[in-house]
Amino acid sequence: MTSVIETKDLNLWYGKHHALMDINIDIPEKQITALIGPSGCGKSTFLRTLNRMNDLIEDVKIDGKVLLKGEDINSMDVNVLRSRVGMVFQKANPFPMSVYDNIAYGPRILGIHKKKELDKIVETSLKQAAIWDECKGRLRTSALGMSGGQQQRLCIARTLAVKPEVLLLDESTSALDPVSTSKIEDLLLELKKKYTIIMVTHNMQQAARIADKTAFFLLGELIEYDDTEKIFSHPSDRRTEDYITGRFG
Amino acid sequence: MDAAGTADLIITAKEKISVKRRVKGAVLRGLMYFAAALTTVLLAAIIGYIFYRGVPYVTWNLLSTKPSLLDDNVGILPNILNTLYIIVIALVFALPIGIGTAVYLNEYATNKKLVRIIELATETLSGIPSIIYGLAGMLIFVQALNFGTSILAGALTLAVMTLPIIIRTTQEALKTVPDSYREGALALGSGRWHMVRTVVLPCAMDGIVTGIILSIGRIVGESAALLYTAGMANEILNPVKAVTPGNPGATLTVSLYMYAKERGQFNVAFAIAVILLLITFVINVSAKAAARKLRK
Amino acid sequence: MDTTATIKKQKGIENFFHTMFLIFGLFSIAFVLFITIFLVISGVPAITKIGFFKFIFGTKWASTASNPSFGILPFILTSVYGTCGALLVSVPVGIFCAAYLAKMAPGPVAAVVREAVDLLAGIPSVVYGLFGMIIIVPGVRKLFNLPDGANLFSATVVLAIMVLPSIISESETALRAVPKEYEEGSLALGATYTETIFKVTLPAARSGVLTSVILGTGRAIGEAMAVMMVAGNVANMPGIFRSVRFLTTAVASEMSYSSGLQRQALFSIALVLFFFIILINVVLRKLTSKGEVK
Repeated sequence: MTSVIETKDLNLWYGKHHALMDINIDIPEKQITALIGPSGCGKSTFLRTLNRMNDLIEDVKIDGKVLLKGEDINSMDVNVLRSRVGMVFQKANPFPMSVYDNIAYGPRILGIHKKKELDKIVETSLKQAAIWDECKGRLRTSALGMSGGQQQRLCIARTLAVKPEVLLLDESTSALDPVSTSKIEDLLLELKKKYTIIMVTHNMQQAARIADKTAFFLLGELIEYDDTEKIFSHPSDRRTEDYITGRFG
Repeated sequence: MDAAGTADLIITAKEKISVKRRVKGAVLRGLMYFAAALTTVLLAAIIGYIFYRGVPYVTWNLLSTKPSLLDDNVGILPNILNTLYIIVIALVFALPIGIGTAVYLNEYATNKKLVRIIELATETLSGIPSIIYGLAGMLIFVQALNFGTSILAGALTLAVMTLPIIIRTTQEALKTVPDSYREGALALGSGRWHMVRTVVLPCAMDGIVTGIILSIGRIVGESAALLYTAGMANEILNPVKAVTPGNPGATLTVSLYMYAKERGQFNVAFAIAVILLLITFVINVSAKAAARKLRK
Repeated sequence: MDTTATIKKQKGIENFFHTMFLIFGLFSIAFVLFITIFLVISGVPAITKIGFFKFIFGTKWASTASNPSFGILPFILTSVYGTCGALLVSVPVGIFCAAYLAKMAPGPVAAVVREAVDLLAGIPSVVYGLFGMIIIVPGVRKLFNLPDGANLFSATVVLAIMVLPSIISESETALRAVPKEYEEGSLALGATYTETIFKVTLPAARSGVLTSVILGTGRAIGEAMAVMMVAGNVANMPGIFRSVRFLTTAVASEMSYSSGLQRQALFSIALVLFFFIILINVVLRKLTSKGEVK
């Protein structure tokens, strides 16, 4: 199996706080990888390292290598990297613009301005995110008028519009109700046919339901990384077992 | 165009950041630096030039005498005094009314509609330009109330003008007083006024001070509203005369205008400008200090 | 007996203060009403005597001529042109400066620029007027080779400087209030930081930025003293390099020696100006209340 993202001895410090320690991980193509662990374990920090969103925070020091299809992400243009590694956040964050302009935002940045092309991109992206039927009649109205679950799927569509190779989800269903959550889970299972998905989740059932691989983080360390089935049935580390059986965290 | 076509389009587009994007970004960044630099340089140029022209003429004689045509003396003591008189008189009227309004809006009012109307009125007051205040002051205080062109009429005009500032800053301060303080006081059985006097107003003191400082700034800088209310006289007045109707007097700003525009005595005008800038500076610094204290 | 007396007394005090604060609150309303009524009473007679259309659309103002003519279109247009001209410069400069302050400037630099903006806002009009008289007017005269530099152009430059600080500080506040999530979303799509500022942050802050522009409009249209010192003060129809009078300066420059119909007409001009200001206030209110709903 080819790996899309590979990290080599990745270390990260926030000021003096050592937030990630020697992370070595190979993330396979067109699979869903779930990152689990208690709050503050570094899983979100790790995720944000993959598209260099941590660059925005002052006083962060990163050591080691992250490779995207064999290419060091630190030697890439950061904007190119972020359009190849898309990200969906915990809280749905559609821009205060129309549905259409939200989706067309990324392509427009990339210099695509012809209406016909944009129309097509908007339609395919919304279809891919399984939200086309709900909003095809209201493309020109503000995205802020949609429900939380719809907004989150809109954000997924917006990310898909720039054709990323990897999709990062940072607890993207934690603020949603169960129905919206299961819609997004179905969507992710559909999307993994074309995209590599890495998701941070607090919800272990969710990881068990949809992830192919699961990585368990604790206090900045990658404790265990294996097939989801293996992690949830025969974890090889005591701490993983403690966590998934709910003994702490 | 089919879906695969558009996908190709995007994938080619993002292979690297296009030159067009880079240039556009650089231009926009350049404009931001330029705008910020322009603003700062503008201020430096204005202040620098005014100090350069004015400082040599700020003399003790200028500050401590009154002008006299006989011995060709120019002094701005009357104008300094008039400015002080107007500040004090305006605040004597504006402070109780302004603070009272804020207290009413925040602590007493139950009628939402009335609150809306009062707030609309204060907003309107804060939007009215000085020259209109000048005219209204002339019509109301100078003519209708028959104060004549006088320090008193000018000060009352400015009291109305500064009212919205005091109301706003006091209200902001009152809003920072936690409701638990009020409930605590009321639960002890004290009446509303007792609660306001002992709990709310002391807590809001810093906001009131900020309002006073900002109002002084506004009054010191004001000229258009005073031209036809307080007049253009340059006689030294004692405090009793200052509050008596019929005694006109020019403030620093009005005298600057007179020296520059009517008499062409630019050296005096620049000297007054230096004094005004220094006052502006002191007021800005102290308003910030007061606001910082308020936030704590 | 004793306690009921104290309670009664306390109640009396409470009622007294309640009423007093209510009366203070009513003062603002009274002032607005007084100002409006006095302006209307003094301003309307001349308009009816001269005729509304002749007054507003008359192009000739000759108040002291033997056969006087009271058309204030020159003042209205001058005020409109001067204000628009000033905004044409100060809105872009102000917005770019605000964007720099809110999103780009490193801490100490931002503090210096912000201090400069606050000081610019605090400088009295007459000081701007003096600076304009001595630096801008002669500068404009030399630069464009004119017989006199006291004209609409110089006045517009002075107004642009005076309006700048209010646009910068209001816009900066609006830009700072934009949720960080919007910007993160844009960056995560591969937009650069600059693209994010101009394509997401600014549009998201547009109602606040617009408010700053309206506030600036109010300040420019109401400014009297600085303009009086640099605009040349002749009642011409506006032209870039012509001496002109604004609505504000038309009132101020003749008030001291006016009488009869001329004086009444000056109050009518003030009424027109007041009308413009009320219009701006209404727009502003609409705008800010809309912003709150969001």
